[in-house]
Amino acid sequence: MSARDEILARVRRAVEGAPEVAIPRGYRTATQVADLVGLFAERVDDYRAVVHVLPAAEVPGKVAELVAGRRMVVPEGLPAEWRVPGAVAGDSVTELDAADGVITCCAVAIAETGTIVLDSGPGQGRRAQTLVPDYHLCVVRADQIVAGVPEAVARLDPVRPLTWISGPSATSDIELNRVEGVHGPRTLEVIIST
Amino acid sequence: MSATFLGMPGNFPQNAAEAVQNSQLRYNLRKATHTIRGKRANVVGELPDWQELRAAGKAIKDDTLRHLDRYLLQLEEAVTRAGGHVHWARDADEANRIVTRLVQATGESEVVKVKSMATQEIGLNEALAAHGITAYETDLAELIVQLGDDFPSHILVPAIHRNRAEIREIFLDKMRPVPADLTDEPRALAEAARLHLRERFLKSKVAVSGANFMIAETGTLVVLESEGNGRMCLTLPETLISVVGIEKLLPSWRDLEVFLQLLPRSSTGERMNPYTSMWTGSAEGQDFHLVLLDNGRTNVLADEVGRQALRCIRCSACLNVCPVYERAGGHAYGSVYPGPIGAILTPQLRGMSSDLDASLPYASSLCGACYEVCPVAIDIPEVLVDLRAKVRHAPAERVGMRVAGWILNDEVRLAKAQRLATRFRKVVPKRLPGPLSAWTDTRDLPEIPEESFRDWWERNERA
Repeated sequence: MSARDEILARVRRAVEGAPEVAIPRGYRTATQVADLVGLFAERVDDYRAVVHVLPAAEVPGKVAELVAGRRMVVPEGLPAEWRVPGAVAGDSVTELDAADGVITCCAVAIAETGTIVLDSGPGQGRRAQTLVPDYHLCVVRADQIVAGVPEAVARLDPVRPLTWISGPSATSDIELNRVEGVHGPRTLEVIIST
Repeated sequence: MSATFLGMPGNFPQNAAEAVQNSQLRYNLRKATHTIRGKRANVVGELPDWQELRAAGKAIKDDTLRHLDRYLLQLEEAVTRAGGHVHWARDADEANRIVTRLVQATGESEVVKVKSMATQEIGLNEALAAHGITAYETDLAELIVQLGDDFPSHILVPAIHRNRAEIREIFLDKMRPVPADLTDEPRALAEAARLHLRERFLKSKVAVSGANFMIAETGTLVVLESEGNGRMCLTLPETLISVVGIEKLLPSWRDLEVFLQLLPRSSTGERMNPYTSMWTGSAEGQDFHLVLLDNGRTNVLADEVGRQALRCIRCSACLNVCPVYERAGGHAYGSVYPGPIGAILTPQLRGMSSDLDASLPYASSLCGACYEVCPVAIDIPEVLVDLRAKVRHAPAERVGMRVAGWILNDEVRLAKAQRLATRFRKVVPKRLPGPLSAWTDTRDLPEIPEESFRDWWERNERA
């Protein structure tokens, strides 16, 4: 018998006659938050990421100011109005390693947990592009922010590779205290465009 | 489960008695477990629906286990459809052979690894080494353990038994390159690990990982981590091999809305861990292999009481609150799964034939703190008591219990035994001899009264 058939047969023998299970979903799935932008900004800040809340019209100016002097990776599909000078395509790992940072949009953001989710869609790049450079600048539109985890899961497509990011790279491995800055980008900067 | 973990032979009471003599270990553990307890309590307290999430988590996992065959097939189909390859492994040896063969097929002799309990359980690194393949652990705590030629002592933070000064010593001694002026500041230690692993990440062709969750409906695998070493391993190499226990399934995509709230808050005490990666089959052209591992899990599944241990999502909240773990440390459990969950999982996965495994169901005071914090409501005390009944007991204990049963079953015999005990109460020793000393070494023998309650009652009723 193949390993597959044997394992399946063992499973069937093991659970034979076990009762069916009803799943109670009494938890919150549509939380009302008065100030989504404010809560999201506060929670991202808790992870010691840098947060700016700006009207949409001021975003290009802020982007220009932040990327000045940095060799930035610009993924395909980034809105054209954020003109990033001397942009790097970032196709190879060596190129990515040589870059100073990356600028992206996101797919969805979660207020309660201060999380941004990338799904490799337009302006979000391949996964390596937001991983290898040491600085990640992410622009989040206010209408992309949802209250909680259930709302975010409902908006995402599992067929796409997803990266959930909550603050800069960190570790709790030394005496269980969170320290920022290990292998991922050590600086995360978020602009919330309202 | 193969006995690859030989950290401490013997049995739990012996190991624990030795471990509690190590004051540095006790200090390190106390500090770390108390830090994380506070953090967990804060972020769990923030959610008004924690108990509802916990009830849903428990039920989702129970449903997964009830229809595990169906969900496994669904997963296999979804992963295959998305360009991945699925392999099945009955036990540790078979899983190790599959992974070795897959690595050999790439022509590489080095792999980078994301922290994974499953690959530790099967002793994958040692099996690969036997075929000339070097596995590099990339999680900071795993790196500390690997460099220090040590054994993991915690599910989430395998080097929890080491403090910053000890970690600095290990790095200076074993890590290359290492900054000459390395301090014991956690930030400096993390930076040193970044430098050490950077080159390796950028040039590695093969990675091995586990997974926190697999979604049957979509074929998606999910890995939660903090440092970015997981993302490095999961995205940069051309070949990715994930070894995952069959119980790690969740039926539907939607179920993640529960577990992505339960796990980070229970585990590192954060609202969310820094990075979570999700991928389905061959992502961005990567060659993806999934090895589904049984290795004793179907035996656990067959036990009506014990199967709830398979709900475990490896958060380690039970370790962090356990008074026994806090004092004895993880090594005393002699398994990659220490603490309360290990005390019920290890004996079920490996069977209770060894002295060590038979002693694990007793590695608890049954205080119940583990049950209370468990995000999937595993009633660990219930399983411990059930396992205790299944352990093969020492001959003296069995004879003693049989005699006690014979006496307690008959009121005349009991009354006679009580009068006999009363007569000899002055000469009953404080500490019992022979195998019975195991009881009196740590406990007082109860005082025998001058007169039994039965006799007193009889006398007063008559009067």
